[in-house]
Amino acid sequence: MIELLAAALLGIAAGVLSGMFGVGGGILFVPTLALVLGLSQLGAQATSLAAMIPVACLGAWRQHRYGNVRWRVALVVGLGSAGGVAAGAALAHGLSDDVLRRLFAGLLVVTAAHLVASELRS
Amino acid sequence: MARPLPPLFVLAGIGVVAGFFGALFGVGGGIVVVPLLVLAAGLGPKEATGTSLAVIVLTATFGVAVFAATDEVRWGDAAIVGIPALAGTVGGTWLQQRVSSRALVFLFAALLVAVAVRLFLS
Repeated sequence: MIELLAAALLGIAAGVLSGMFGVGGGILFVPTLALVLGLSQLGAQATSLAAMIPVACLGAWRQHRYGNVRWRVALVVGLGSAGGVAAGAALAHGLSDDVLRRLFAGLLVVTAAHLVASELRS
Repeated sequence: MARPLPPLFVLAGIGVVAGFFGALFGVGGGIVVVPLLVLAAGLGPKEATGTSLAVIVLTATFGVAVFAATDEVRWGDAAIVGIPALAGTVGGTWLQQRVSSRALVFLFAALLVAVAVRLFLS
């Protein structure tokens, strides 16, 4: 029960961050699913993608109203992503959960540095 | 709408990178897609952010399809974090107009680093 509440609160936090900084919810979904709900790293990553779809839909719709979405560009890039998804998923399946978790931890640090750097530049 | 589309191979290439990154880490990949849309496809920063959200809808859908095929997506857990995140997204946009973002960026960056350490040790 506590876990469910904590996961829901972190879900809200992930949404707040994506609304404020444009960083997608995934960066917080994955650790929440792994550390709070006890999924494996691979399971957390796979599940994070599912959680992200409605959030990205809402975000895209809001950005569309500001005139910030180039739909034809998004369509071509999005369709092109299918090839990359197949390769990325194959690699994720090939790595052990420990290696995947450490790579993800590295991504968190890079994202943190990127956020701080872009804030200091603005 | 009448503006010319950037070269298709450039867009498809960005898609491949986005898909690889998204499927490997379970994130939307905005951190690589937004700069690529600006630098390689010539979009403005706001357009790139908005367009990247629309891309993520497709990338995440492909990713979910691939991982669901091997039964790695936990749908109930996706709802536990994803549905609260929808409310958070709206709150984040509201908050963005009312609070200083600098303090929040530093707080968020510190949170990400703390989570990275926790993941690395687990």
